[in-house]
Amino acid sequence: MNPLLEIENLRVTFPTPRGDLEVVRGLSFTLGRERLGIVGESGSGKSMTGRSILKLVRAPGRVTADKLTFDGIDLLTRSERQMRPIRGARISMVMQDPKFSLNPVMTIGEQIAEALLTHQRLPRREVNNRVLTMLESVRIADPERVAKLYPHEVSGGMGQRVMIAMMLIPEPDLLIADEPTSALDVSVQAQVLDIIDELVKRKGMGLIFISHDLNLVSSYCDRILVMNTGEVVEECKAGELMNAKHPYTRGLIASIPRLDETRTELPVLDRSAWAKK
Amino acid sequence: MTAISLKNLDIFYGEAHITHDVNLEIADGESFALVGESGSGKSTVLKAIAGLAPEWTGEINVFGKPRSHGIDRAFSRQCQMVFQDPYGSLHPRKTVDATLGEALTIHGIGDRSARIEEVMSSVGLDRKFRFRFPHQLSGGQRQRVAIARALMLKPKVLLLDEPTSALDVSVQAEILNLLKRLRQEQNLTFLMVTHNLPVVSFLCDRLAVMRQGRIVEVADVADLKRGDLKDPYSRELMHISAAHAN
Repeated sequence: MNPLLEIENLRVTFPTPRGDLEVVRGLSFTLGRERLGIVGESGSGKSMTGRSILKLVRAPGRVTADKLTFDGIDLLTRSERQMRPIRGARISMVMQDPKFSLNPVMTIGEQIAEALLTHQRLPRREVNNRVLTMLESVRIADPERVAKLYPHEVSGGMGQRVMIAMMLIPEPDLLIADEPTSALDVSVQAQVLDIIDELVKRKGMGLIFISHDLNLVSSYCDRILVMNTGEVVEECKAGELMNAKHPYTRGLIASIPRLDETRTELPVLDRSAWAKK
Repeated sequence: MTAISLKNLDIFYGEAHITHDVNLEIADGESFALVGESGSGKSTVLKAIAGLAPEWTGEINVFGKPRSHGIDRAFSRQCQMVFQDPYGSLHPRKTVDATLGEALTIHGIGDRSARIEEVMSSVGLDRKFRFRFPHQLSGGQRQRVAIARALMLKPKVLLLDEPTSALDVSVQAEILNLLKRLRQEQNLTFLMVTHNLPVVSFLCDRLAVMRQGRIVEVADVADLKRGDLKDPYSRELMHISAAHAN
């Protein structure tokens, strides 16, 4: 089977008064129908990687790559107009914070229906049914009531589930989840991730899960890329993250406090060691 | 001696009744954590102590003195707060120097330059940052400024509202180490709000679990480390944390 997504030598550059700043520096990977995690700290370029797949990096930012194909389609040469049938319908993205990503003046039902109707024509009754079924599948107990609510009337966890419903209703082939749970409580995090996980498995989609949380990524993905200053420093299977070799990955793992913490001081990353070669 | 004592504390936001009958005794020099989900009222307790949520009934005592409902200068010298989001809690158009010096001006304390430099060095900020603006600093550096600001008046109690949840894990480790060191050096009392139990395990001595505005359990951190919490809700929180950390 062909890979879903192929990326070779992806670079994202922003001009600054002191010359160009490369925030993603020569990233390459291929993705099948699997769950890939991208981890790294703020500024490591992980979100920019996700955005460049959807061509959402705005000028003056520049995206270049030797190859950027999705399901055989060359994304690099596609115009904005040609991207529209891909965005949402075939590749969709769950953003970090439901508070800022949902439209505050549309009801939840209308917003989810809009995601569907942008890409296909359907009779109103069927749209309604699909919205309600989708809300049910993200474990919202009374979909009819929730569909009539506005975003400010629901909690953060429910807002994030609504967003997932919206992103999955056009049945995309690839879901990019950019820090989908970092605005949520630990107890709600697990619920939301379980929902994503179940839907991804059931529909056989590809998932790119972008997060700064190593533990979370290792429990919800098959494969992990660790990024630092725009480059992949380590690639491994999720189960083998704890045996990571690169000092940066090991440093990140060691700096997380544990529930049965006995260390009096947490180890801190020595950034000077590999910041500039 | 008791640093903070809360008796039958009920806090309101207008009509909304946020906390019910909160009772806590926190000893001098202790590091105490309030944990729970969003909406459990844990941050509201901190805000009431700091004077940011003035509608409350019951008693708030700090070092034996009852707190009034208004702004209280003597109180702010003893008790200061560090907020969650270092991107939102510093004035964007004030330099680090102005942010740190403001408290000294309000309280009519001289020796401004020396005190600012002293506090900056104690939180590990280089002198070169003194005349920079918040947007010129990284998240970790900003949180150091926020902690420095809270320490300007040499308080005995720090109220910490999720001080590291907006930071990367590697930066979180630096800030946690800093807080631990400051507590030892300056003999501070911490009251920290968080939903991250491993952080509690690293930094605190005791914890209280809150749910829907009530304290459901007060326990030693040793109990948490052994996985020995009693209340079913606290156990649930603990299991979720443990599952995440594998």
